[in-house]
Amino acid sequence: MFDLDLWKEILSALKQNRMRSFMTAFGVFWGIFMLIIMSGAGRALENGVMEGVKAFATNSAFFWTERTSKPYEGFQRGRRWIYNNQDIEYIRQSVKEIEYLSPRLFGWQQNGDNTIRGERTGAFNIYGDYPDYFKIDGWTPVKGRLMNEIDVLQKRKVCVIGERVEEVMFDKDEDPIGQYLKISGVYFQVVGVIHPETRINIGGGKKEETIIIPFSTMQTAYNYGDEIHFFSVTANQGTSVSSLEEKLKRILKERHKIAPDDMQAIGSFNIEAEFKKFSMLFLGIQALTWIVGIGTLLAGVIGVSNIMLVIIKERTQEIGIQRAIGATPGKIMLHIIAESVFLTVMAGYIGLSLGVALLEVLNQILLAAGDEVFFRNPEVNLTMALSALAVLVFSGAFAGFIPARRAIKIKPIDALRDES
Amino acid sequence: MIKLNNIHKSYDMGSSKLHVLKGIDLEIEQGEFVSIMGSSGSGKSTLLNILGMLDNYDEGSYLLANKLIANMSEKKAAQLRNDMVGFVFQSFNLISFKNAMENVALPLYYKGVNRKKRNAIALEYLEKLGLKEWAEHMPNEMSGGQKQRVAIARALISNPKIILADEPTGALDTSTSYEVMDILKEINDAGITVIIVTHEHDIAAMTQKVVRLKDGRIDEIIRNGELREFRHTYNKELVTA
Repeated sequence: MFDLDLWKEILSALKQNRMRSFMTAFGVFWGIFMLIIMSGAGRALENGVMEGVKAFATNSAFFWTERTSKPYEGFQRGRRWIYNNQDIEYIRQSVKEIEYLSPRLFGWQQNGDNTIRGERTGAFNIYGDYPDYFKIDGWTPVKGRLMNEIDVLQKRKVCVIGERVEEVMFDKDEDPIGQYLKISGVYFQVVGVIHPETRINIGGGKKEETIIIPFSTMQTAYNYGDEIHFFSVTANQGTSVSSLEEKLKRILKERHKIAPDDMQAIGSFNIEAEFKKFSMLFLGIQALTWIVGIGTLLAGVIGVSNIMLVIIKERTQEIGIQRAIGATPGKIMLHIIAESVFLTVMAGYIGLSLGVALLEVLNQILLAAGDEVFFRNPEVNLTMALSALAVLVFSGAFAGFIPARRAIKIKPIDALRDES
Repeated sequence: MIKLNNIHKSYDMGSSKLHVLKGIDLEIEQGEFVSIMGSSGSGKSTLLNILGMLDNYDEGSYLLANKLIANMSEKKAAQLRNDMVGFVFQSFNLISFKNAMENVALPLYYKGVNRKKRNAIALEYLEKLGLKEWAEHMPNEMSGGQKQRVAIARALISNPKIILADEPTGALDTSTSYEVMDILKEINDAGITVIIVTHEHDIAAMTQKVVRLKDGRIDEIIRNGELREFRHTYNKELVTA
């Protein structure tokens, strides 16, 4: 049902007062534009953060030790303590809810350059890990291989290194695999160069500056005895990592004579809880986006409605003529609502297009900026665009409805008399 | 054709009521050329609006072509207006952003006639009124006389039984006024009832029947034969005034 006259009338009515039509349309344009931009930005932040953590086991928890904060069983408060191999052994045996358990030792970095190869030196983060660690915090080998069970079992002096380590310690066209690095006085053979898949960083420093050696080698070679600085666990399917975290804390406190109500002695961190916080945050951002966006849009729509009322007032006489020569109220109403919907949808469509275009430009800039930004792939999905369009049509009709009602309430006679 | 029986009409003016028509009885036959006169406030425009179904009446009855016109929905009234009545206004009331042809074609648009056909018909009517070359012009490019002729063409296009003209010459100079009256006379000769409201005696004198209103009532009805006499009294009125 394409009615050329209807469209001609709408266009000429809008053209008659360009400035006003433009200002009115701008309100709606801005509403949709903001909605798209904010939603895209929120999505980008979410994508950026989620991209950084997606390879990380979401059911994982991490434990380290702090000084005790309560006296217990003859020990004073402020006691330093540390995990040991027997703890890990005991936990492996008695806690069945655990999927992976990976103890870790931190190497020292404080006395400057700890890694030497010929003329080259560098200060890197040295970790002693189990292969299970790669199942919790994902890494991929770029060259060579990851560390494996046999390395740990045979206490091999091998290491896998981050990409930054390779850059510093080797020539550009040199193959690091099979070469040796002297790490804190002990030679290790490089068996792999690894790339981090996540941005979650346990232990501080840059992930690219990591050197990982077998846990058992590190414990033996550097005289750690049976000490363990840190360990990570993941929960079995069906077990909440938060409850596992509590259970492990209870066991560890008992084993190390720590007051059951000492909240400080065991440092721990649970990804599940963090993820929940994140998803709540993003839900909040999306909700806020819609509230603000819809609010701005509503202001625009009210503007359209207001202007339509003025237009009706101005065109009272014209409407009177149309009524006098046989236009039915339905036809008049259709005309006004169509005009309103047209104005709203046009403005909204431009806002939508410009919003998407701006997001695309932003995306290109972000892509050029590389990995370092927590802001990735700003996007507006089809559902979002379609629902925005639906909101526009609906609100345009709504904006036109009140003025249209007003217009058909005008008696033709009053409308004609209006001029004199 | 038209039968008014004791028509009353009053307007609400907030607290008070303005009684405009106080019992109008009037019969107009098919093919008559009637003028309604009266000083301002005498109710002549109100009467015309009721005749044109642009306004309701409070009391009495109005029969148009033996059909009682009362309590109609707006939609029904609009359709009936479209079928039966053509309007000509003092201020022409053309739609400013449509050209002459489109203005003339407008009543057919509301009847649902397709664009090509209605524009062709509109051109025919414009030709009859000597405005064919002006078909593509906008109202603001035309003189008052031309605009009124466009308006008359628009009134005629839906083949009405009645033409209602509210001060059709009110905004025109004398010679143009006479031209317009000639056109209305031609229309009347074709068998269409023409009713005009005017306060100009010379214009009224060109019609067959003059209805003079005074304070909401019919003061006198002067027929064609008595027009000479009417002119005489009109002149006398002028002298005394």
